[in-house]
Amino acid sequence: MIRHLLISLAAVAASPFAFAQPVAIYGETVWTGTSQGTISDGVVVIENGRIVSVGPASARVPAGATEVRAQWVTPGLISAFSRTGLTEVSGVDDANDTGAASSAFSAALNAADGFNPDTTSIPVTRLDGFTRIAVAPQAESKLFGGQGFLADTSGLPGSIFRERVFAFVVLGERGASISGGSRPAAWAALRGAFDDVRFFGARYMTHNEGNVLTRMDAQALMPAVKGDQLILFQASRASDLDAIMDFKEQNPSLRMAIVGADEGWMVAGRLADLDIPVIVDAFSNLPASFSQLASTSENAKRLAEAGVTVAIVNLDNDSHLARLATQVAGNAVANGMDYDDAMRALTTAPAEIFGMTGLGVLAPGARADVVAWDGDPLEVTSAPSAVYIDGDSQPMESRQTKLRDRYRTIDESQKPTAFKR
Amino acid sequence: MQFGKLCLVAAAALALAACEAPGSRDNEDAGTSTLANPFPSTYKPYPSQTLLIANATVLDGAGARIENGSVLIEGGKIKAVGADLTAPEGAVTLDARGKWVTPGIIDNHSHLGAYPSPGVDAHGDGNEISGPVTAEVWVEHSVWPQDPGFTRALAGGITSLQILPGSANLFGGRGVTLKNVPARTVQAMKFPGAPYTLKMACGENPKRVYGYGRGSTPGGAPYSRMGNVAGYRDAWIQAAAYKKQLDKSGSGGEPPKRDLELETLAGVLSGDILVHMHCYRADEMAQILDISNEFGYKVAAFHHAVESYKIADKLAEYGACSSMWADWWGFKMEAYDGIPENIPLVHNAGACAIVHSDSDIGIQRLNQEAAKAWADGKRIGIDVPIEVAWQWLSLNPAKSLGIEDQTGTLEPGKMADVVIWSGNPFSSYARAEKVFIDGAQMFDRNDPALQPVMDFELGQPGEGDRK
Repeated sequence: MIRHLLISLAAVAASPFAFAQPVAIYGETVWTGTSQGTISDGVVVIENGRIVSVGPASARVPAGATEVRAQWVTPGLISAFSRTGLTEVSGVDDANDTGAASSAFSAALNAADGFNPDTTSIPVTRLDGFTRIAVAPQAESKLFGGQGFLADTSGLPGSIFRERVFAFVVLGERGASISGGSRPAAWAALRGAFDDVRFFGARYMTHNEGNVLTRMDAQALMPAVKGDQLILFQASRASDLDAIMDFKEQNPSLRMAIVGADEGWMVAGRLADLDIPVIVDAFSNLPASFSQLASTSENAKRLAEAGVTVAIVNLDNDSHLARLATQVAGNAVANGMDYDDAMRALTTAPAEIFGMTGLGVLAPGARADVVAWDGDPLEVTSAPSAVYIDGDSQPMESRQTKLRDRYRTIDESQKPTAFKR
Repeated sequence: MQFGKLCLVAAAALALAACEAPGSRDNEDAGTSTLANPFPSTYKPYPSQTLLIANATVLDGAGARIENGSVLIEGGKIKAVGADLTAPEGAVTLDARGKWVTPGIIDNHSHLGAYPSPGVDAHGDGNEISGPVTAEVWVEHSVWPQDPGFTRALAGGITSLQILPGSANLFGGRGVTLKNVPARTVQAMKFPGAPYTLKMACGENPKRVYGYGRGSTPGGAPYSRMGNVAGYRDAWIQAAAYKKQLDKSGSGGEPPKRDLELETLAGVLSGDILVHMHCYRADEMAQILDISNEFGYKVAAFHHAVESYKIADKLAEYGACSSMWADWWGFKMEAYDGIPENIPLVHNAGACAIVHSDSDIGIQRLNQEAAKAWADGKRIGIDVPIEVAWQWLSLNPAKSLGIEDQTGTLEPGKMADVVIWSGNPFSSYARAEKVFIDGAQMFDRNDPALQPVMDFELGQPGEGDRK
């Protein structure tokens, strides 16, 4: 109820008619993410929070519709992996809820409990066209980081629209390190945790502790072990990815995706066969660790060409700069990835991975997350001119734009800068 | 020749006068300056052709843009740039229709080689955190020339770069300027004649590393920003006394006992060593400017400088450069006020703006970082032509490193450090196709034979792959 009120207030503030009236968003290029493909000179009409039509600019639009014109129109972008909203300043422990190195719990940690819709990085993310974010906790002292969630970027209370969407599990080098020092230790912990869940009734009848998990952690991991919830593994080395795929073959009911996957191209065919999607940072092209020796800027391209569902993210400063995924995707294109695959990596692929129905596409009936751009969204020089979430026009303002406007010209001849707002 | 080279790189206080008047000093002084520069550059340009790059969009780096322009390279130098150049006899002509040609990018903030890939503990050589004042260390002694990151930077059009020690300390040690050529030794990468630099740091890092973050109360200083400032001033007072003794010894007095730390600091006070200072907050930068005036040195560039936009007027007046990211922010308290328009706002105030990386990933596409800043500036009415904005990538960093007479623009006589781009380099889709260093082609995106592979990568998955 409160959320509803705030939404309408925000909409009124942005445009007096946006809430009541349909909006027709015209673009010289409209990228739909559907079988309609890319429309030259198209229009997207939204009404009551939904997209009602997508077609050529010549199509009839409802009488009295507000007209918005842009170079490009796309679905609201989806950040497939970030810590946005979990920390205001990552280096300030008190303002950082991404991980909990000293917690007694692991899989039970619900990242949604740490989300603050007022985090200033949320409008910053929205202003670059991202309307939805998949947010993961950090795994700091155990393999199991906890439960990730999905949110919109309106910055309003209630912007989390699904909690406990995935269980986050770190393998590879990092997983080895936090499990006691080796990959065998990590796998022992992972298999032990699954056993704890499978034998939950017997194992926790008289104890709070299983072999690996506390009772609460085992309960929280149950949907993932049963295959009802996505498991998001983090791993990079090809052999780690193979081990995850072995695990999948031994436990066919598990639903999984992999984030990182720097050497994913080496096992792309198997990932495709097993239908395991990946979330990659296409900038990774250095042997930054012994788990990334074969990293290449063509990873995303090769994975996509092998038929793997690929989402693209920026893993560097993932709390404040998730928005740079558009630049990462543009570079993937420069390195040979098909343009539509790169756009899908920011829209339909994350929607598919996390089961976000009605998002990531411009299609009649879809939720009206729409972005109007001043150019190709994958160009570093482009930016949105308007952003809609569930049909609501979003304020194009952030703490950064306020700082910018304050210092655009410096003049303290009459009053200190602090008086300028 | 050897003497001249030594003089130019000669570090501490003694050498400068000798360099200005070769032969005017006796052998003892020459001996001293050799001691002060025991690691001379052995870099030699690789063989090059007389090459005419024709029909390209040329950004000369000095502020001009030439459509259908040509660049003539001869003897490893820029011979001519213009619209109507004809190839001299024997020259190779490269038709660069549709391509863009720019000066090579210079990153004045890199830790390549000092924090190389793979980033294992054994490779963590970038910061001598043993004390808040480690002006005695030289980062070139940490640089591993086999860092694969150098080759990735080359593929991004980086032709020269400054390697800096880390920012834990108030005085982190000497930086070194390199030509981005693969080499067996760091000496073979050292930019001939480039002055030494000194890395200093403001703010959270020194006080965190030596103060509360180490849990050592009572323990080392500094614990606070005021402790930082006291630390700088204490060191400069010692350096000034040392320099005085050095100056006296030049006119027959007793030379002071050699002290690596004070030799470097005295070298700053005598103007031979350039100060590069990690500083985020505007108010701190303003205080550093005062300290530099108190002790009579000059800050060449503030690094990271995420709040330069708040004091761009003061920075312009003083004449310090700001080396900035396009959009990094929020990762620590002093980076909280970072904004994407920082670079154009600094430029617009008439101050020296530089795009830097501080990252083995960011260094691979500094052109795009500049492009983001350029576009964000344009949206608020700061309309800088691309050919002017390119100064953020080549000329201004060259100035901050004291190498602008040798490189940084495509002006005749300068080193032929040149990049041919597949298209407008302010686009996500442009790639550096060919990179020339002193006229020698060191990279070709379309020719695996011209793509260096470091020792580390041999025999490993991914060897020779597209990076």
